[in-house]
Amino acid sequence: MNLDRRTFLKLASLGLLAIAAKPAIDLLTRPEIVRALGIESTLPGRLAMAVDLKACTAEAGCHDCILACHSVHNVPDIGTAKEEVKWIREATYGQAFSGQETQYAALKDARVLLLCNHCDNPPCVRVCPTQATWRRVDGIVMMDYHRCIGCRYCMAACPYGSRSFNWRDPVPYINDINLNYPTRTKGVVEKCNFCEERLALGQPPACVEACKKGALTFGELKPGTDIQRVLSKGYSLTRKSQLGTRPQVYYIV
Amino acid sequence: MIEAVFKGGKKYWTLVGVLLAVVTVGFLAYLRQIDLGLSVTGLSRDVSWGLYIANFTFFVGVAASAVMLVIPYYLHNEKAFRKIIILGEFLAVAAVVVCITFVVVDLGQPSRVFNLFLFPSPTSILFWDTVVLSVYLLLNIIIGWVTLDADSKELPPPAWIRPVIILSIPWAISIHTVTAFIYAGLAARPFWMTALLAPRFLASAFASGPALLILLALLMKKWGGFDPGSGSIDKVAKIVAYGIIATVFFLLLEIFTVFYSQEPEAMAHFQYLFFGLDGHYGLVPWMWTAITLATAAIVLLLLPSTRKNTAILAPACAAVIVSVWIDKGLGLIVPGFIPNPSGEVFEYVPTINEALIVLGVWAMGGLILTLLYKVVVGVRQEW
Repeated sequence: MNLDRRTFLKLASLGLLAIAAKPAIDLLTRPEIVRALGIESTLPGRLAMAVDLKACTAEAGCHDCILACHSVHNVPDIGTAKEEVKWIREATYGQAFSGQETQYAALKDARVLLLCNHCDNPPCVRVCPTQATWRRVDGIVMMDYHRCIGCRYCMAACPYGSRSFNWRDPVPYINDINLNYPTRTKGVVEKCNFCEERLALGQPPACVEACKKGALTFGELKPGTDIQRVLSKGYSLTRKSQLGTRPQVYYIV
Repeated sequence: MIEAVFKGGKKYWTLVGVLLAVVTVGFLAYLRQIDLGLSVTGLSRDVSWGLYIANFTFFVGVAASAVMLVIPYYLHNEKAFRKIIILGEFLAVAAVVVCITFVVVDLGQPSRVFNLFLFPSPTSILFWDTVVLSVYLLLNIIIGWVTLDADSKELPPPAWIRPVIILSIPWAISIHTVTAFIYAGLAARPFWMTALLAPRFLASAFASGPALLILLALLMKKWGGFDPGSGSIDKVAKIVAYGIIATVFFLLLEIFTVFYSQEPEAMAHFQYLFFGLDGHYGLVPWMWTAITLATAAIVLLLLPSTRKNTAILAPACAAVIVSVWIDKGLGLIVPGFIPNPSGEVFEYVPTINEALIVLGVWAMGGLILTLLYKVVVGVRQEW
């Protein structure tokens, strides 16, 4: 075959374009793009949690759920507010529901348990540049600690402060390492995973199991489940619902 | 052309040596950060972006500002910019490299940076920012090098470069618009969630970038034997004047909306920035410094007698640069996180280690700029 340099370069660049076209088309037809528009309503049968605020605050100083979660998931105790890693934490009612403080004055100083809301329309998933965080079909917002590049865009996007960053190597700060769950490295983001590793074994989330007051109810949002029953009985709140994230941790007041 | 980099006088080598020394110090500080993690910075659970991302945002503006010379010269045939335009294009090259470096030093896992391309995520604005910045870098390297090469051969630039130059105009707008979208699309941060953010970024870019260019052109004239061409400096100074006026105007618009509406969530961030909140005043002196400098610069740049006086123009330009660096740097990033979503105030103070890394990245940009400008001077002296 007789090709001059010009023709060869032309053909070669056409070939390259054709190779590039395939991933480009794949990229544009991804479900995330459709999801990013946020037009779906809450998924049927998705997982959610209900926190009964009255039952939760019944015993002062109880941290059973936090201790259980943090020991199961190798959450380090760094010991400073600047670098702390928290999957579940407690806050005052005013902090958890800032902007609604005066509305429920009686609850103002109540303790509120905070964890990842596993939003139906999660902003953290939308902003992640590597899909290291994504939403499963059952609604769990997952984290891939091995893909995360540590840009912390998700932390800026989360309206709930649910995400923690490993500012340093966390391993020396874990009291008793659970060998059934991975430890993290420095430089990645982590958060509550609704105990997906326990759910896979048919066990309830560690916090739900640890709560002696029965303040935490977990399950699928569909007719006949405990959580559906609990939520349909009374009035419940979600945090910053006006932002359109559709949080799936419900607070029964 | 490139050979000009390897021969130079004492002043040239001293400058290169000093910049290399600062780069080395910054690199050592970065190695410490790699080793110990981002715990060596002042960043925290609550203020998770700081000095690095602030500098990234500022230098995207510097990079975009080359367009303020390209538009008059290529679209309006403004001949005065003929000699100075190459400085703008090469400044854009150095600035984009600085931007990308600031993002990389901010990463917790920099070795995984290529995950950005392995798992492209079209819903993430950071993904698009990587795309537009890389292309903009490429455009400016090509444009600068091709036009300078034509110059060195005393030929007009090849015809195919013109559409590339025209493309660089909307592309410059895009890099700063997309960078603004990183922040402006976050419902979690009311301080950033304003449609005015992109216009604000562009206005302050068109003030700070050309101001930096004036300082560089004056330095090059004094020490590098570079001729910026008659009248070009004053024309750029007028652009700086309009840019800084628009910047201050847009800021006042934000202040009106936030304080007149009295919406508490949005107002709390501005309160922290300008007046302090809950007994925390970290950014107050910075922000009032920025406002004072911007006001002084507006006066000095508007009056023809002061604008045309180099001894006053230079400090006025420096005032613009410092003012914008505060306004769209620390003054933009940090108050986005303060107060945090629970309404609590946790302040941010950068550490020495962090500052050394920032200095190192600046010096790296300065070094790239020095080498590129040396090529420019080398080519021009051959005439």
